[in-house]
Amino acid sequence: MTDNISTDNVSTDNVSTDNVISARDVVRRYRRPRRSLTRPAPAVEALRGVDLGIAYGERFGIVGESGSGKSTLIRLLAGLDRPTSGSIRFAGKEISRASERSLQFLRRDLQMVFQDPMGSLDPRMKVGDIIREPLVALGHPDARGRVAELLDAVGLPAAAADRYPHQFSGGQRQRISIARALSPRPKVLVADEPVSALDVSVRAQILNLLMDLVDEFSLTLVFVSHDLSVVRHVCDTVAVMRGGEIVERGSCERVYGAPQHPYTKALLAAAPTLEKALAAHRPAKESPR
Amino acid sequence: MSVLTGSVLTVDALRIDAGAIPLVRDVSFAIGPGERVGLIGESGSGKSLTALSLLGLLPEGVRASGSARLDGVPGDLVGADERELSKVRGKRVSMVFQEPMTALNPVMRVGDQVAEVMLLHRTQPSRARALAAAVDLLDRVRLPEPKATARAYPHQLSGGQRQRVMLAIALANDPALLICDEPTTALDVTVQAQMLELIVELTAERDSALLFITHDLAVVATVCERVLVMYGGRVVESGDVYEVFTAPRHPYTDGLLAASDLSAVDERGRLRTIPGVVPGGGEFPDGCVFRNRCPRATDQCVQTPGWTGTPERGFACWHPVGGGQ
Repeated sequence: MTDNISTDNVSTDNVSTDNVISARDVVRRYRRPRRSLTRPAPAVEALRGVDLGIAYGERFGIVGESGSGKSTLIRLLAGLDRPTSGSIRFAGKEISRASERSLQFLRRDLQMVFQDPMGSLDPRMKVGDIIREPLVALGHPDARGRVAELLDAVGLPAAAADRYPHQFSGGQRQRISIARALSPRPKVLVADEPVSALDVSVRAQILNLLMDLVDEFSLTLVFVSHDLSVVRHVCDTVAVMRGGEIVERGSCERVYGAPQHPYTKALLAAAPTLEKALAAHRPAKESPR
Repeated sequence: MSVLTGSVLTVDALRIDAGAIPLVRDVSFAIGPGERVGLIGESGSGKSLTALSLLGLLPEGVRASGSARLDGVPGDLVGADERELSKVRGKRVSMVFQEPMTALNPVMRVGDQVAEVMLLHRTQPSRARALAAAVDLLDRVRLPEPKATARAYPHQLSGGQRQRVMLAIALANDPALLICDEPTTALDVTVQAQMLELIVELTAERDSALLFITHDLAVVATVCERVLVMYGGRVVESGDVYEVFTAPRHPYTDGLLAASDLSAVDERGRLRTIPGVVPGGGEFPDGCVFRNRCPRATDQCVQTPGWTGTPERGFACWHPVGGGQ
């Protein structure tokens, strides 16, 4: 997977002080389990030198297939893991080598929404407590009032606070995780495949909700997905990852309209769309009439 | 609905219940030889249960009634006992599931697993011949180095490769009907595209009919010629893929298409949605199952709408979209 690394888009990489997140030459190497007593454990390069800049208010999409390194990248951006080398700055502060204690600002300003809400919501906590928990940890004065406000913002009734996660449908659980993520008033929302497990009609509802909230609270959105069409709808900038590298990056309009890297082209060609499929049906349909 | 002569599969008035909870109602359709039919719907629509009932694989406590006849099989598939079904499964009808890792035996080499289905149904005379046929099949599903792959265990293969092995097993005895239940949902897009191509190519070669279950409208339009739309355990609309997707008549189909079209947005840049949520099993309203979420519903909808149109192209709705009220 090391063949042709495209550098044709490096010019669009604007690592400047206006960025809420900037990464420089980030490498993350994992050790595989040892296979021999005499030889060192083999290493895997999950990220091989990633540079990126995400501006305040930007809606930044990351697309890639499994093993591309997109999950590793967002774990590093969220300070949940440390890079092997390279630098990651959040609001100008270096976070790649900072201690956990000094990262409290990041724990408030960056929040995450995961793919599977059932795996990320404590089944034994009431919804109200789940949403309140980050506020309590940060010493918020009016946690209770804030919960009602947040439930309303994500379109759930106030009575939802007294129920448990299993009493809700998949789409409603995703609303709960969004409410929890928004409770400490973050600047950046990182959404990792937030609609991949949802049905089509629910997906549209959750995407609309995310867009509303991003506008309302002026959030910066980092949106990770394997689904190219969802990223195109949600984001204004997209980075395409493969084999631990960003192979192409640019505005959605440019990347989807005129992809440069062969991998981006292959990915776009492989993604099934209704228009492409129906165009293939049309001639066969109209000839017998 | 009449039994179409020359159909591979004819399902008539199929219903499925879990105790007192109705899960599937009045499902009738037919599939011709070599025809590719899609079954679409969201979770809880009853599409997977419909497929499982054809193979006698419904979970404990879930019962089917009605009729499902498969060409070349003397009895009815619904209500058949395990002995009869085991002669049919893997031979006349076979299935590819979403998750290949749970469908494959983890302690058996994949070549042996492909050979097994031929030995069980005695379509190959000896173990050696069955193994040779298995290597051939692994080559046909385009696995690299089929001889070596035949000796691999499932965990040594990628998700896409495992799904190819599943397809090889399913097609080993040239079934009259292949059922695929979300076969590419867990795969990456580039792998998905290859897998879909392979399914179409290999079923066409054998003239096997295909029943393809998915929630992905783009995938069903890529693979199938005809489509059945399920909601709340009923088929609400069916017809030619192009017709149904360009001129839907049932408000649910219309809403589903609008919600999945990420390029069509309102003036605020928001997607069209279907209001409300899909009710849980057995909690759908009586009468029209969609009426509590339908923008066109009236008092008339408390009566179950009948089927309008032909068995091939039609819908079940009192107030269909298009066609000028």
